[in-house]
Amino acid sequence: MTDVRIAGVGLTKFGASPERTGRDLFAEAGLDALDDAGVDQDDVEALFYGNFMGELAEHQGHQGPLMAEAVGVDAPATRYEAACASSGVAVAEAVKNIRNGERDVVLVGGAERMTNLGTAGATEALAIAADDLWEVKAGMTFPGAYALMANAYFSEYGGEREDLAAIAVKNHENAVPNEKAQYQREISIEDVIEAPMVAEPLGLYDSCPISDGASALVLTSEEFAEEHDLDAPVSITGTGQGGDLMALHDRDFLARSPAADKAAAEAYADAGISADDVDFAEVHDCFTIAEVLAMESLGLFEVGEGISAARDGKTTREGELPVNLSGGLKAKGHPVGATGASQLAEMASLLRGDHPNSEYVEGATTGVTHNAGGTVASAVVHVLEVEQ
Amino acid sequence: MSDDETYDAGYDDWLDAVEDGEAYYLEGPEGDGWLPPRRVDPATGSRELTEKQLPETGEVETFTVVHVPTPAFEQDAPFATAIARFGPARITGIVEADPGDVEVGMTVAVGVMETETTGDRAVVFRPQ
Repeated sequence: MTDVRIAGVGLTKFGASPERTGRDLFAEAGLDALDDAGVDQDDVEALFYGNFMGELAEHQGHQGPLMAEAVGVDAPATRYEAACASSGVAVAEAVKNIRNGERDVVLVGGAERMTNLGTAGATEALAIAADDLWEVKAGMTFPGAYALMANAYFSEYGGEREDLAAIAVKNHENAVPNEKAQYQREISIEDVIEAPMVAEPLGLYDSCPISDGASALVLTSEEFAEEHDLDAPVSITGTGQGGDLMALHDRDFLARSPAADKAAAEAYADAGISADDVDFAEVHDCFTIAEVLAMESLGLFEVGEGISAARDGKTTREGELPVNLSGGLKAKGHPVGATGASQLAEMASLLRGDHPNSEYVEGATTGVTHNAGGTVASAVVHVLEVEQ
Repeated sequence: MSDDETYDAGYDDWLDAVEDGEAYYLEGPEGDGWLPPRRVDPATGSRELTEKQLPETGEVETFTVVHVPTPAFEQDAPFATAIARFGPARITGIVEADPGDVEVGMTVAVGVMETETTGDRAVVFRPQ
């Protein structure tokens, strides 16, 4: 089975650019990834593309071939949709495609245009990742769903708003030097606590922003990278995907995410590593509580112990296990279809040493990404390793 | 119900039953409880689902107060949405109470309300 190399990465700046079309955003990221890889469009054998709300935001379905056209790629192109895990799933499929020998070069990524919908429209669009009959019709929003999990977590394992606030503060601090991030500014615990409530106990600063943006990776087989003398030291060595029941109320746990447990176990087994080998992580912190659930699913902290990790300094950039050095979804932004692949793009840069926060993981060899869809009815985990 | 509302078989049938005082859930062979429409018990994969009477009261397991709603609930906010357990089945609903009075462990009955914003029917929990 061939090794899968990340030959190039491309990201637009995440943020509010309501006038930019999805095709323009993805063209920028895709072309940057190809340039970064030193791979020509003609070498791309397939496009795997993640997008969630294109029909609602742009009245645009069938986006695969549209995005191939946008980057000048004449190859089969398929859109993957798994809510906020859309491009994470696309990456997982691309990895399988290269490993099974079907392709040597795949362009994979995603894009989302959201801010043109406004806050109410985006809230409505995001809500459809939940069960429409039994959750959305009962007033459920996405922040509301994570707030239900946060309160369940507090009841079961303890914790308080200040613990969650420390996560937001940490991720904003990490985003400051990241020019791709939506919010390059620090915030304080007080800012988080005093911000307007969205869904109690989650306030405005516990929540990721509504974002526009795109991400792309050029993935190649090891053989192609060597034959073409590509500078591609980072490999995807493990991939895993898990699923769960759609409605939160139907699940065994209200304060845990078994889909991510399964994805992590599969990815670690695939890579032949354990959680103890992980040097740092990029996790799906769409809300502050989501980072806690993610870290516990990844086995980086015992269940019930992730809540205090940021507050205790364990997951800060100077800590023993930095989490979300990119700024995470919280501060870097969350154009949902772009997020999963963007996590791998950020991690590849961190491992290559060309990310503004690479100094905090100098000497690190192993990172893990965690991308969740909905209230974690979908989860995708990838293990990345770098040649030293 | 608004004029353009679609009738969702299973879901709207269930709301009708709740309004008639005949709330039910679907029970799988190992006693798991689920809401319709459903042909398979997710816990076992069994297709043997039996309609059972829903317990008259349930208990709030977690809740949130929604301040930023979807457009369909714009005039209803702020409101408390909760997950409550009724025997083997859990249900999500809006709590018909001052949001500040809602708490974990609260005993509630299930009912149907019409939302302020659209007049659509929604699952409501009434404190007992």
